[in-house]
Amino acid sequence: MAHEHVSNTKRIWFVFALLSVVTTVEVILGIIKPESLLHTNALGMNLLNWVFYILTIVKAYYIVWAFMHIEGEKASLRWSVVAPVIFLVLYLLFILLVEANYIFEIFRDSTIKLYHVKRYALAYLFYFCIHLSFA
Amino acid sequence: MDATVTTPGSVGQKTWGGGNEPMSASYGKLMMWFFIVSDALTFSGFLAAYGFSRFKFIETWPLADEVFTHFPFLHGVTAPMYYVALMTFILIFSSVTMVLAVDAGHQMNKKKVTFYMFLTIIGGLIFVGSQAWEWKNFIKGEYGAVETKGGSLLQFVDNTGKRLSLAEVAQSLPKERETLTRNKGVWFMKESELPTYSVAEVQAGFAANPNILIRTEVIYHDTPANRADKTLQPGLQKAKHKKILTRAESEKMLANAHYVVEGANLVRNEYGSKLFADFFFFITGFHGFHVFSGVIINIIIFFNVLLGTYERRGSYEMVEKVGLYWHFVDLVWVFVFTVFYLV
Repeated sequence: MAHEHVSNTKRIWFVFALLSVVTTVEVILGIIKPESLLHTNALGMNLLNWVFYILTIVKAYYIVWAFMHIEGEKASLRWSVVAPVIFLVLYLLFILLVEANYIFEIFRDSTIKLYHVKRYALAYLFYFCIHLSFA
Repeated sequence: MDATVTTPGSVGQKTWGGGNEPMSASYGKLMMWFFIVSDALTFSGFLAAYGFSRFKFIETWPLADEVFTHFPFLHGVTAPMYYVALMTFILIFSSVTMVLAVDAGHQMNKKKVTFYMFLTIIGGLIFVGSQAWEWKNFIKGEYGAVETKGGSLLQFVDNTGKRLSLAEVAQSLPKERETLTRNKGVWFMKESELPTYSVAEVQAGFAANPNILIRTEVIYHDTPANRADKTLQPGLQKAKHKKILTRAESEKMLANAHYVVEGANLVRNEYGSKLFADFFFFITGFHGFHVFSGVIINIIIFFNVLLGTYERRGSYEMVEKVGLYWHFVDLVWVFVFTVFYLV
C-alpha cells in the first residue's frame, strides 16, 4: 500500500473546522454583500465574486487533498487525476464564457439587425441577377 | 470477491499477469478515480453551460437571494442563504463521518466503521430531503409574475419598492373559464392547471391601485445613462438590483401582458430568465441523483460491514472507494453552492 495506516483523525477534524469556517465566511459575505467588494471590478468580475471563487477553490483543494486523501497517493496518480480536469475546465470556461459575452454584446448593441440581413440578402440577390443577365 | 482487492501478496508476478498495481493504487481504486474524473468533466460541462447562458443574459439573470428565501418553520420571513448554508454543513459533516469511517477501516475497527457509515447515510438522507424541500419552494413560487407578449417577465412592487404578490395585485373578476380536466373534457382532452388569476384580473387590479409599479428583469447599474432614464421610477433604484418602472411606463408594459406565471417549471418561472429554472432543476437534480445513489451504495457497503465481509477479507478498501465517491458528491456541491447561491 502506498501510505501507512496511521490514524488521521486530527487532520480530519482540522479540515472540517477549516471547511466550516470558510463556508461561514461565504454565507456572511453572501448576506451582507459588502458594498466596497460588490462595486469594485477587477479583471471583468467584482471583487466579491472573486472572493467566492477563491474560497471555493480552497474548499475543493481540502476536500480532494485531505478527504479524498489524494495527498497520500503517488504523485503520478495525483496529477493524472487533477491536471486534466483543471486544464479542461479552464479551457471550457474560457471558450464558453468569451463566446457568451460576445453574444450578450451582440444582443445589447444590436450590430446585426434583421433588416440589415434582409437588405444585404436583397442586394446580393439583385447583384446576382445582374451578373447572370450579363453572363 | 477476493479478486476486487489486490494484496501485497500478488506483487512479484509478471507485469501483464494481473495483480500489478500501476501508480501503487489497486484496480478498484484506480477505476473509481477514472470514474470521478469523467463525472467531474460531466458536471463541469453542465456548470460551464450554465455559465454560458448566464453570461449571455447577464443583465436579466435572477438574483439568488430573491429566489431562495425560505427557512423551515419561518413563514413569511425572508431568510436568504441560511437554508442552503445548513444543507452545505450537513453535506460537509457527512463527508467528515465518511472519512472517519475510512480511517477506522484502516485500523480494522468494525464497530467504528459501522457507526460512522451509519451517520454518513443519515446525513445523505437529510441532504436529499432538504433538496426536495428546496425544490418544492422553488416550484411553488412566492410572488408570481406576468409575462408579456415579447417574453419579458414583469413583477410587482408598491411605491416603496416592496414586492407584491399576485394576490395583492389582482382583482377578482367573473371567471371566464375553468381548468379543463379529463372528466370534464371530451375523450383524452385536458390541459395544465390554469393560473390562480387571469391576465385581465391582474390588469384590473393594477389599474385600480395607483401605488403599484412594475419591476423588470433588467439589473440597474449606477451609470449616467441609467440615471437619466426617464422610464425608471426615481428614488427606488438600487445598484445591482432590478429596475423599477414609473407608473406611466408600468401601464404601458402591463398592457402587453399575456400570461400569468406562478412558481417555476421547465417552460417559464416567476423569478426571471427562463433558462435559470431549467439549469437549476437539471444541475441540482443531477447532483441530488448522485447523492441519492451515493446513499444507496453506502447502505450496501454498510450492510457488508455489518456482515463482516471486509473483516474476513482483511481490508476495508471498499469503504475507501465508496468514500471517494461520497467526497466527490460533496466536492460538486461546493461548486453548485457557489454558482447558484453566492455569485
